Amino acid sequence: MENLIALLIAAPLLGAAVLLTGGRRLDRVGHWIGTLLSAASFVFGLILFADLLGKNAEHRTLIKHLFSWVPVAGFQADATLRLDQLSMTFVLLITGVGSLIHLYSVGYMEHDERRRRFFGYLNLFLAAMLLLVLADNYLLLYVGWEGVGLASYLLIGFWQHKPSAATAAKKAFLVNRVGDMGLSIAIMLMFATYGTFAFGPVLGHATDASEGKLTAIGLMLLLAACGKSAQVPLQSWLGDAMEGPTPVSALIHAATMVTAGVYLIVRSGAVFNAAPDAQLAVTVVGAVTLLFGAIVGCAKDDIKKALAGSTMSQIGYMILAAGLGPIGYVFAIMHLVTHGFFKAGLFLGAGSVMHGMNDEVDMRKYGGLRTYMPVTFVTFGLGYLAIIGFPGLSGFFSKDKIIEAAFAKGGTEGWILGGAALLGAAITAFYMTRVMLMTFFGEKRWQPDENGNEPHPHESPRVMTIPMIVLAVGSVFGGAFFSIGDRFLHWLEPVTGHSEGHSPVSAWTVTGATMVCLVIGVGIAWAQYGRRTVPAVAPRGSLLTRAARRDLLQDDFNHVVLVRGGEHLTRSLVYVDHTLVDGVVNGTAAGFGGLSGRMRRLQNGFARSYAVSMFGGAALLVAATLLMRAV
Amino acid sequence: MSPQLAAYTTSTGEAFQFWVLATVAVIGALCTVFMKKSVHSALSLAGTMIVLAVFYLANGAYFLGIVQIVVYTGAIMMLFLFVVMLVGVTAADSLKETIKGQRWLALLCGIGFGVLLFAGIGNASLKEFDGTGRANANGNVEGLASLIFTKYVFAFEITGALLITAAVGAMVLTHRERTERARTQRELSEQRIREGKHVPPLPAPGVYARHNAVDIAGLLPDGTPSELTVSKTLRERGQIRDVSAEALGDLKALEQRAEERLERTAIEPTTFKRSEEASK
Amino acid sequence: MNPVNYLYLSALLFTIGATGVLIRRNAIVVFMCIELMLNACNLAFVTFSRMHGNLDGQIIAFFTMVVAAAEVVVGLAIIVSLFRTRHSASVDDASLMKL
Repeated sequence: MENLIALLIAAPLLGAAVLLTGGRRLDRVGHWIGTLLSAASFVFGLILFADLLGKNAEHRTLIKHLFSWVPVAGFQADATLRLDQLSMTFVLLITGVGSLIHLYSVGYMEHDERRRRFFGYLNLFLAAMLLLVLADNYLLLYVGWEGVGLASYLLIGFWQHKPSAATAAKKAFLVNRVGDMGLSIAIMLMFATYGTFAFGPVLGHATDASEGKLTAIGLMLLLAACGKSAQVPLQSWLGDAMEGPTPVSALIHAATMVTAGVYLIVRSGAVFNAAPDAQLAVTVVGAVTLLFGAIVGCAKDDIKKALAGSTMSQIGYMILAAGLGPIGYVFAIMHLVTHGFFKAGLFLGAGSVMHGMNDEVDMRKYGGLRTYMPVTFVTFGLGYLAIIGFPGLSGFFSKDKIIEAAFAKGGTEGWILGGAALLGAAITAFYMTRVMLMTFFGEKRWQPDENGNEPHPHESPRVMTIPMIVLAVGSVFGGAFFSIGDRFLHWLEPVTGHSEGHSPVSAWTVTGATMVCLVIGVGIAWAQYGRRTVPAVAPRGSLLTRAARRDLLQDDFNHVVLVRGGEHLTRSLVYVDHTLVDGVVNGTAAGFGGLSGRMRRLQNGFARSYAVSMFGGAALLVAATLLMRAV
Repeated sequence: MSPQLAAYTTSTGEAFQFWVLATVAVIGALCTVFMKKSVHSALSLAGTMIVLAVFYLANGAYFLGIVQIVVYTGAIMMLFLFVVMLVGVTAADSLKETIKGQRWLALLCGIGFGVLLFAGIGNASLKEFDGTGRANANGNVEGLASLIFTKYVFAFEITGALLITAAVGAMVLTHRERTERARTQRELSEQRIREGKHVPPLPAPGVYARHNAVDIAGLLPDGTPSELTVSKTLRERGQIRDVSAEALGDLKALEQRAEERLERTAIEPTTFKRSEEASK
Repeated sequence: MNPVNYLYLSALLFTIGATGVLIRRNAIVVFMCIELMLNACNLAFVTFSRMHGNLDGQIIAFFTMVVAAAEVVVGLAIIVSLFRTRHSASVDDASLMKL
């Protein structure tokens, strides 16, 4: 059974290799090869899942040692895979949603001449992501981590003929690099502290190290998570990453890759449990990001960017939950899974809308699309209800639990975090309702473009709608399925551990408050966008709106602080280099040059002059000999 | 073998001999350095070497003393003289210094070095002189021979190889490969005709009543000496004797004497004046 | 008289020879001065031989003579070929070893 774990990764890896090296002769079947191998991986995952279910909760960990990767004395790195409940959850999410999105892409990318390459990249991403979640040590995890970064870069810049896409890809890559630095430093710290970076020894004996070291490791891991999961302060790349094809946004930048940070924190739970300061930092980052993303999502007119803000915000929820410790780990993962369903569904719906609207992304040019594309409307609507936490749907269960857990943190922190989460729920309701209303309700606002092509909104082909329907089903029933009888809790508990906090308010109160927030958010949105007609050109808006449109000035901040600062630093360093370093070097050279110019006069070519030097030297030698004897 | 050789001091005879001959040797050495002509230098050096040969003999090195005279003075110095003859006297013989400060530096280094050497010898505790009496008991030459052919046999063989190499090297250095056939006299004269200059043979050196030598340039009709008349080697060495002014000088002296005797002034000979100017 | 005086004489001759090498320009005279230095050394060797009562010093002096003979042969050949090409026996004329 362990060999299947390797096959999980091998199938998409084979697909990537075949598709990327196969050449044009695979153009006609390439997308089906990619989809098939992705589905094969999903099937392997299901078989393994069934196998795990057949075992006791304590024995649900499979280890597969592939080979000794770096067999150096004192530095052992093994290519070992670990399949436990946590990675199993991710495997099913990645391969399941991944396969659906492969299928969707067959339709979505139909007219793209580089479709084969696209599927190759998607398979590469799957392989790397599976390696990330299946790795049994941090170094192998790092390989997967970099692999998904590479796939993300390639896919964001897939339409590289657009300068904006190329720039966005570079931006994502660079910002991710900052986070990757954090991960590599964390791994080095682990090696320095524990002498190894395998999960077993590090997490099993986490408390052996001093709290200071654990805090350092935790903060570095948090930095890594921030980079990959687009959390403040490394959030700026996610909005631009929407330049990639929509299936990519759905799979990588909503459902799976961006949640790798959550996985990392939950996986390293033992470290964070022993480092309360690092945990606090995690919760702060999560709380700030969930509000940040939500506010950005409110102001965007680009449907994908609004969803990207939402993604940031929802991952903020997960990070917040992960930062709460054992109270929240399970709910972080649960929200991750349900979010994977509904956010992928929402993105696919957005892609379907764009597909029908000549790739228009401005929601102000949509309107009233519900009659034109009913399937998209229904699936998108179900995803919408799920994300705002409509009672009974996925988001209701998972998000509610996180808010409860935040309150259960206790003390002032609990109140602040819980309040932020509640506020976030209200804003989520507002911006999602806004998206819904601007896209599917109201009057049609689209105009012929400059070439006179008026969009003819139409329903997408079945190959695209089927994945949307499946994901919508997941969005509706996933949360209930997981929560009833605490199925998900019991499943994950052996890996992550769980403890009930002491909430100052009862669970029903929290649910009630969430409902109130929900109603308020929806109400405001309805008042603003439902009752009034939406202007086709964005009004100037308040200061906050304008700031939010500019992603709350994140790029300006980066520009002023990092770019300008870097430029100034570089300039001053260049100045120092030119004056001090070059001065010393050139001065030395000039000094030697001048000295040589004078010394070369000694080289007059006359043998007799040289003979004088020799003779003088001989005299000195005699003198030295005599002196030595005298001493 | 005199027993004094083993003693700390030498006999009065040797002391006398040393002081006299050492003076000669030092004078010879100084002459070697300071004589203007290299021939004189070579002869002074030969003298010094002979004195040294005597010193070798006095120190019990009979074989070396003889070798010094035969090989060094007799062969090597004569080789020097041959080369001096070949090369001739050149402008390099001038003692005028051309490199700035060279002489002072050389003097400084020389004096310093000498003082240091003297100090070194003076400091060394050279009290015991065993003398060569015992070593020379079986005869100096036999003693040397037994050492050369036993202890120093390898050095001796290698020295032989060195000598052969040196001989070959000297031949290679001085050998000039003739790359074409030597031209016959006929060909040379044909070439002269073709080039059109100096069709007749080169003029002979000046032959006068009082001078008949190859280093005296013949005079042209206007009284100036012609360098063509002197052989190339002498020209290059700068060894041309100019006698063009001598005849005029004699004439002048004659006229002056005639003036004194006849008590009358001579007519200024304008024709001579021109030739005088030309000869300047 | 102390036989050490031979060593003083040797040192004096050596110094005179060395100074001569430095101040004379005629290559032949320079060469002769080198010979003078060699001879001064030989005198020292012979004196040492007497001092120690064995013949090794004389052997060294003998080898010096042989090597000096070889050196003279090669050196004079160099001077002759130098004179042939440069028409001068001045050591200062051969001053191409400079910038």
